[in-house]
Amino acid sequence: MINAIRNLGTRGINALWRAGAMARFFMLILANSGASFRRFQLTIREIYFAGVMSLVIIMVSGLFIGMVLGLQGFETLQHYGAEETMGVLVALSLVRELGPVVTALLFASRAGSAITAEIGLMKATEQLKAMDMMAIDPIARVVAPRFWAGAISMPLLAALFSAMGIFGGYLVATLLVGVDSGVFWSNLHAAVDFRYDVLNGFVKSIVFGVAIAIIATFEGFDADPTAEGVARATTRTVVTSALTVLLLDLILTGFMLRGE
Amino acid sequence: MDRKTIDLGVGIFMLLGIVALLFLSLRVGNLGDDRPSSTYAVEAKFSNIGGLKAKAPVKSAGVLVGRVSDIKFDNDRFQAAVTLTLDKRYSFPKDTSASILTSGLLGEVYIGLDPGGDEKKLGSGDKISLTQSAVVLERLIGQLMFGKAAEGDAGTAKK
Repeated sequence: MINAIRNLGTRGINALWRAGAMARFFMLILANSGASFRRFQLTIREIYFAGVMSLVIIMVSGLFIGMVLGLQGFETLQHYGAEETMGVLVALSLVRELGPVVTALLFASRAGSAITAEIGLMKATEQLKAMDMMAIDPIARVVAPRFWAGAISMPLLAALFSAMGIFGGYLVATLLVGVDSGVFWSNLHAAVDFRYDVLNGFVKSIVFGVAIAIIATFEGFDADPTAEGVARATTRTVVTSALTVLLLDLILTGFMLRGE
Repeated sequence: MDRKTIDLGVGIFMLLGIVALLFLSLRVGNLGDDRPSSTYAVEAKFSNIGGLKAKAPVKSAGVLVGRVSDIKFDNDRFQAAVTLTLDKRYSFPKDTSASILTSGLLGEVYIGLDPGGDEKKLGSGDKISLTQSAVVLERLIGQLMFGKAAEGDAGTAKK
């Protein structure tokens, strides 16, 4: 019994310690970001690996999810004779929720895990220590550009995902179901608001991008310098990112929907 | 991977992202249109606004001429005070009447303006005095049933 309580205490202290270390790591990244903007080439290189390489998976997933939403929506809406509002269903669910959240989950597993593995392996092969020896700050040279690349790529990818999804829904609506394309767009226009829907979705995707970038770089930097340690850190990045994104989504949605 | 390829890839990625953002804001979120630059506000009091919400459209002859900007409760007259923000391009006679309508059976609730014949025009801060409240479906059904029951009673009394 005492042991169980002691165990709980250890876990609690560990979790708190990790959260604190992550916050300090975040401050350290911000303080050492100068180089990643002065030598923007470093960041561009990382945007290429995190953002450009994720383009295909994000765009294809967006298109398919939009099409599935269109088909499923049609099934239900046709009972009420409201299949004209399919565009509203597809656009609102994508712009408000699915766009930022699904992109964040895909981004965490596609780019976040790669960032963790790369930094973890650098640590395991003592490249980070070598940089320190040469008076190059590994946080400024290695971590900060990857962080900013993640934070910049994520909102752009989420916007692309939503746009592709709406296009997919449009294809299903006009080609398969036979909704008039003018009706599709005018219903969509009437229902989607810039401030409440598009801007809030964009804010969400920025927050998710920053969260994933912090988690991925921190787990890599904090990994045990062994093969097993890097593997564990990569897994932790995906799991922690997914849970954090979903939790943040709940909190943000709660705040954003209050105004309406 | 040489630097030119990377720069090109990132450039295309940034362009695509910005195009997607513009598409979402302009084509989907219709930022820009539908938000007239100069407006004037008039007030209308209704005894029941039904399901009317802020930002609901204001239409005249079926054309969008403004939006509902604010809904308050007037505690002196126990009525709903609705502020309508109308586009400056359109002006209406002073005796215009406002009614709360629904497009279709379950569609959106909007305010319809029916212009009168007055020479004077509505200006900023004016009040629309002729109003027609929302039709509450439950009350309508209630009245119908009550009326039928009364009819039935009258019929039996005659016999």
